[in-house]
Amino acid sequence: MTDKTVSVADDPAKVEPVAPEAGATMADVPAEAPGESRTDVRTAVSRGGASDGGAATAVSTRAWLKKSSGTWWGRYTVRILSVLVLIGLWHLASTYDFRLLLNFENVPAPGVVGGVLLELLSSDTFYRHIAASVERVAIAFGLATVSGVALGVFMGRIRLVEDVFSPYVEIFRPIPAVAWIPLAILMLPTEQSSIIFITFLGAFFPIVLNTMHGVDQTPKDLVRAARALGASSTSILIHVVLPAALPSIVAGMAIGMGIAWFSLLAGEIISGQYGIGYFTWSSYSLIQYPQIIVGMVTIGLLGTLSTLLVRYGTRPFLRWQR
Amino acid sequence: MRLGNLWAFGEGPSRKGPVHVGSPGARPETGRIRISDVSIEFNTNGRRNVAVDGADLEVEPGEFICLLGPSGCGKSTLMNAVAGFVEPTAGHVEVDGKRVNGPAPERGMVFQQHSLFPWKSVRKNVAFGPRMAGHSVTESDSIARTFLGMVGLSAYGNHYPSQLSGGMQQRVGIARALANYPDVLLMDEPFGALDAQTRSMMQQNLVDLRQEFHTTIIFVTHDIEEAVFLADRIIVMSASPGRLIEDIRVDLPHPRTHEIVTEPRFVELKKQCLDLIRAETTRAFEQQGQAV
Repeated sequence: MTDKTVSVADDPAKVEPVAPEAGATMADVPAEAPGESRTDVRTAVSRGGASDGGAATAVSTRAWLKKSSGTWWGRYTVRILSVLVLIGLWHLASTYDFRLLLNFENVPAPGVVGGVLLELLSSDTFYRHIAASVERVAIAFGLATVSGVALGVFMGRIRLVEDVFSPYVEIFRPIPAVAWIPLAILMLPTEQSSIIFITFLGAFFPIVLNTMHGVDQTPKDLVRAARALGASSTSILIHVVLPAALPSIVAGMAIGMGIAWFSLLAGEIISGQYGIGYFTWSSYSLIQYPQIIVGMVTIGLLGTLSTLLVRYGTRPFLRWQR
Repeated sequence: MRLGNLWAFGEGPSRKGPVHVGSPGARPETGRIRISDVSIEFNTNGRRNVAVDGADLEVEPGEFICLLGPSGCGKSTLMNAVAGFVEPTAGHVEVDGKRVNGPAPERGMVFQQHSLFPWKSVRKNVAFGPRMAGHSVTESDSIARTFLGMVGLSAYGNHYPSQLSGGMQQRVGIARALANYPDVLLMDEPFGALDAQTRSMMQQNLVDLRQEFHTTIIFVTHDIEEAVFLADRIIVMSASPGRLIEDIRVDLPHPRTHEIVTEPRFVELKKQCLDLIRAETTRAFEQQGQAV
């Protein structure tokens, strides 16, 4: 383990020179009008070329970064660099025991965490933790989507349904997932169902509210047009209301997915078996700091990936928007 | 009978050959509208607002009626009563002896703008009515192709509405309403949101389309020249309360072209409408002044 720490210790050497460069460009770009920046780059490059070599490379790198920040790969380069900068700063802070407002004395360095991660990646249990959490989120999110969209549509279409259910939605929605733990254990038969219930609640409310809002915002003229073309109420629901609400539903699903992971972590405190939340929580009890960070990053990545899945999975149905 | 590409402005292949659309040449028997003593009131913030007051109107089958009046005079409201979207507070509307009590595909509707289903392709938009009427997917598709050809948009069937210009979208809207073979076509300022050039082209194309298509049309507009150019009869409405104040027969020969706008009779009719509208607008202004 210590071996790895040393080997990654030269990392800042690689990262550091990039950092101020990237920082400077990111600060520069928004300050200038987009129309101006182009000519600015060109003059900067030609000026740089005429003067001494060191300045020339600095200026041309900057020009390249400015130019490429418009293209998608350029933008992703910036994003990756941004992450590398954070890891670099983290490394410096933990190796030099940074202590000012934030205390990094007991925070393991990225190299240590990376080593633990590699170790975990070669073990079966880590994947079982991930699989258990993914399964719970999938079930809870699936249930939340089906029931959330159904309830949201009815609340958006029928005033009585809205009046009956909106008090519940308003009151239950702000209750944090952790607060549900005791009741979830009391009310539901198994540990698994309690965790799924808590995760479900996290995803459910944003989906209900966004669906309701989307249904409510259906353009009146489109409903009129459909009625004038002979559509029944069911046809209007399928051909007009649902497609009109879909962008809003998808937004609700994306938010719901994020909150589902958030709630899952609270739910998995119950579990004494598997789950990435359980893994993180038990690492805390066992004072395994690198494992905690691995758990945190894994939750972050899984949350991001599943939200992207929602966005890209629904894209074919939203092609008409562009 | 030849129903070619009446609406083509150079784009899209034209459709040649016979298409059965209504009965060409002769006046149709269906599409008689009777508006009997219709009043429509709204409650806005607890205040009673009379949008239409005692409207009486009889429209012959195949007639082209323009409802002309200053904005806010209730002309759209009256048309919505014919469409079945608004229930009259008093009186009733009959189409071919049947009382209107809700929207129906026999009364096609063309809106001002943004009324196409943005998530459906242009062809699916036009095929929607036939689908709802119980035609199979393939039948509906071929009906949609026919009517898209009629408005000169055969090449755009697979586009989404957002990929079309405003004028093209309105042509799709007209094709969609016609694909149900309606007895009555209700057009609510359909060219109101278009630029002047496109609007005049659309008017000409509507005139051309009428050579083949004899549906009764109620066309709501506040554009006097548009009304005189298109209509067989212009019904002038007054504002607050909305009353039918004049029934002007436009005795200009059919089919009309835009050269007609300089002819003395056209100018005379236009002036007649203009004077009526101006008097009405002035009166409405004074009334608003008193109310304040």
